Amino acid sequence: MTLDCPLPHQERDRLLLGHGAGGRLTAELLDTLVLPLLTDHTSGPLEDAAPVPTQPQLMLSTDAFVVSPLTFPGGDIGSLAVHGTVNDLAMRGAMPLALSCAVIAEEGLPLDDLRVALASAGKAARAVPVPVITGDTKVVGRGAADKLFLTTTGVGRRIPGLIPSATRARPGDAVLLSGPVGLHGMAVLSTREGLGFESDIVSDTRPLHHLVAALGPLGPAVHTLRDPTRGGLAAALNEIAREAEVAIEIDERAIPVPEPVAAACDMLGLDPLTVANEGCLVAFVPPHAADKALAALRARPEGAAAARVGSVTAERPGRVTLRTLVGARRVVDMPLGELLPRIC
Amino acid sequence: MKYLDEYRDPALARRLLDELRRVATRPWRIMEVCGGQTHTLVRQGIDELLPAGIRMIHGPGCPVCVTPLETLDRAMALAARPEVILTSFGDMLRVPGTSTDLLSLRARGADVRVVYTPTDAVRTAVAHPDRHVVFLAVGFETTAPANAMAVLHAERLGLDNFSVLVSHVLVPPAMTTLLTSEECEVQAFLAAGHVCAVMGWHAYEPIAATHRVPIVVTGFEPLDLIEGILMAVHQLESGRHEVENQYARAVRRTGNTVAQDVLRRVFRVTDRAWRGIGTLPASGLDLAPRYARFDAARRFDLTGLRSTEDPECVAGAVLTGALLPTQCPAYAVRCTPRTPLGAPMVSTEGTCAAFYAAGRTRSVDPQPVEPRRVDPQRVDPQPVEPPQLEPPQLEPRRGAPSATAPSPAASSKGRPA
Repeated sequence: MTLDCPLPHQERDRLLLGHGAGGRLTAELLDTLVLPLLTDHTSGPLEDAAPVPTQPQLMLSTDAFVVSPLTFPGGDIGSLAVHGTVNDLAMRGAMPLALSCAVIAEEGLPLDDLRVALASAGKAARAVPVPVITGDTKVVGRGAADKLFLTTTGVGRRIPGLIPSATRARPGDAVLLSGPVGLHGMAVLSTREGLGFESDIVSDTRPLHHLVAALGPLGPAVHTLRDPTRGGLAAALNEIAREAEVAIEIDERAIPVPEPVAAACDMLGLDPLTVANEGCLVAFVPPHAADKALAALRARPEGAAAARVGSVTAERPGRVTLRTLVGARRVVDMPLGELLPRIC
Repeated sequence: MKYLDEYRDPALARRLLDELRRVATRPWRIMEVCGGQTHTLVRQGIDELLPAGIRMIHGPGCPVCVTPLETLDRAMALAARPEVILTSFGDMLRVPGTSTDLLSLRARGADVRVVYTPTDAVRTAVAHPDRHVVFLAVGFETTAPANAMAVLHAERLGLDNFSVLVSHVLVPPAMTTLLTSEECEVQAFLAAGHVCAVMGWHAYEPIAATHRVPIVVTGFEPLDLIEGILMAVHQLESGRHEVENQYARAVRRTGNTVAQDVLRRVFRVTDRAWRGIGTLPASGLDLAPRYARFDAARRFDLTGLRSTEDPECVAGAVLTGALLPTQCPAYAVRCTPRTPLGAPMVSTEGTCAAFYAAGRTRSVDPQPVEPRRVDPQRVDPQPVEPPQLEPPQLEPRRGAPSATAPSPAASSKGRPA
């Protein structure tokens, strides 16, 4: 019997798909390549949106949407592009003032597909409501893009008194979750791969600014807001724990995971905590404000299933732990890269 | 959730754990063979709730971990061919070969695709008649029937552009090898429920009798695992060594005879190399001669590959239960899921990855344990430490690197002005 194992080759010269999945590989790429080249500010928190210099009441956010397929149960790339940027502004306590939309389309894309996507984006923007005031359209050669990419940039105005930031989570804070997790990621995965869960799982894509507005009366007591998109709840909580230098403990039994999502994740060997969402947020508030915040969230239809899922502690800053179903405790780590379903 | 909540009931789990504490009068070492069970044990923290004397040894049942290096290198050589579409289950894509992995090859232009069933690979072959589709057919008795069906399906369709790179492994020979090893300290086994659902558990009866070792066929939910451990401890405490079936809702003694017929038709038993362990006689499945035309290794010239192992990683010792991941000097230092030195750190079912994901630090077991073989009939009675309801604090040893050190910046969103 031998007890050997090889040293692997590590790909270091090229981008892997996992570099864009919102987990540890993404963080590594940002820290070592993107941020040092783009900005002089190499320290400080990374947030969903940033205040405009000299105009601190204005928040700016930009996001590129590359979802495949373009249409999935519950949404499409158009509505997603609007909701994503509106939500990123909202997570900094800002209501959207205006959006831009850049279109990169692949040669050969059926005009109907482009029409459907942009009509959906327009409808979503009118529903918010937020005007799309500028944009750009490019067509690239066949194979240079995957059908259609949309990039939206949004500017928003802060709700007076709301100053949420990933850095403001404090020991003792209650961790609130506005809705079930895992719906968007599993809806897209199921549609893309033809797994057959489509009829049961519908993306939760929706704007969250009304939910944030409902928290407005709590003012500075709303310490932190974040929508757990790529990398799921696990990535969002790890980011907050790191930025605020606190520990977070969540309770597995309190986290709403829809039955079809749980079943699909079980089948594929995926963790619902790492699956993407587009229609829920986590809010960190001090204990005395927890009930009021929960009531405010539940008063809105998009927050009807809001739950208190955990709390913040001071021990082991940077660590996220989960109280498991059977009462043990384990670490919830930052996901590595793209989700790879297991073999059996 | 119907059919799942029943096996995740925390009150029932606590009652079973209480009974386990009452029953266990001495230390016992029990191996869960299957990586899926390792995943549940570590993910739910069950092993930390067990009485201190009950130690779980994590076995070689992770299909990703034991797929031989040669097979991976062959898969990568095939993927590098322009005419080939290499299809695989997702978690094989990150496993390191000698010089690269399938994800990296994909980034360099190879056509590597994740499939969810082998039938998807056949569909890909139908959709791309101008390409050749290879399916990387690995895994235990659980995945083998579906892979065999894919071959039969391709035969029915008359496909000439589909083949499989087969490297299936069988559980009972691995258990026998472990038990005959001088390094083995396993006193009881939890057998993998889904393997037994296919193959039945009658093959384990001679193993239990010959080696005087209790074997409990066990499921994968938290309560399955706790009950399986309890049943194994009951046997150990009473000196019995039988095959018992905890997973009666899914497993019969004779298994799924239809699936077994398909396996017998498409595959033949062969000697198989297990990564990190070595070649075990009659421990694998290969395509039967009748289906040789679907054998990717025969259809393509794969000679000239040089697969080389490196002694840096002690995966074999982890896979056989001789060492815990936390006893490996490289664990969480040079070896992490981002920079895996070996397959057990890659797969979600791999013991090292399961430990890492659960935040296990090297302080849990600071001193390497000298592997030793223990005959369950010759264990000296020792007092069991008081029951531990609360899991131990996850504090690292002073100066030891943390397995879960805060990651660097991890969002692509805007920076503050």
